[in-house]
Amino acid sequence: MNLSPSMLAVIAILGLLGVGFYALLASRNLIKVIVGLQILVKGSMLAFVLAGRLVGNVTLGQSLALTVIVVDTIVAVIGLAISVQIRRHFGTLDVKALTTLRR
Amino acid sequence: MMYLLIVAGLLVCAIQAVRSARLLSSALWLAGASALTALFMYLLGAPEVAVIELSVGAGLVTVLFVFAINIAGEEEGLSGSPLPAPLTIALILIVVVSIGWLALPALNIELPMLIPMNLSSILWGSRAIDVLLQIVLIFAGTLGMLGMLGESKPAKPHHKEAQE
Repeated sequence: MNLSPSMLAVIAILGLLGVGFYALLASRNLIKVIVGLQILVKGSMLAFVLAGRLVGNVTLGQSLALTVIVVDTIVAVIGLAISVQIRRHFGTLDVKALTTLRR
Repeated sequence: MMYLLIVAGLLVCAIQAVRSARLLSSALWLAGASALTALFMYLLGAPEVAVIELSVGAGLVTVLFVFAINIAGEEEGLSGSPLPAPLTIALILIVVVSIGWLALPALNIELPMLIPMNLSSILWGSRAIDVLLQIVLIFAGTLGMLGMLGESKPAKPHHKEAQE
């Protein structure tokens, strides 16, 4: 079976999205959740570049992927800082332990 | 063949990053996934963003993860999912199948020839406002991180001083 590069790219994108969603839904560790978010965003970044390449304007896809990289990095930075503070205040990184807003 | 190897390595790195029990090895697998994503983007004809992804995704973000894991520390016994397993799998299948359905037309397209264009002309010509917003976002993120990582000072008992 001969797989074209675009088909392989779509497989990679879907795989990354699936793994990222799994990490978001099934992880209890806050830092693991951020790892899942990073994987999810890598899939979307690859999708932007592939879409740009398929329509023949890869530069536009690149510029959008660049925006995604910037936003993703800031989300990771803020998320990790929040995780560190949660660990300091609650003593755990467990998502289930963060129930102080629940009555 | 090279594309196939990269995709296989990328998926293995991503799965290991999620499955790995230790957070540190999880961060390292994530760096591997980042590097392979950058290689894939380079092969798809996006060298500029591939270099940025390699330096930011595999470099800076990994350093940040190692830093945060060092401060927060590893935590054992956080296995198990907050959601029931069938619900998790059903949600993931719904998302992946619907996105795959949208991406079906792309499967049979051969990659067209690359037209050389200047990235900076797109960034500063068509998307100048976006770039300025990104710069503001970077500053906001840095300030936010500094504010949150700083040690919180104990609150001063103002009311006692006022009573005295």
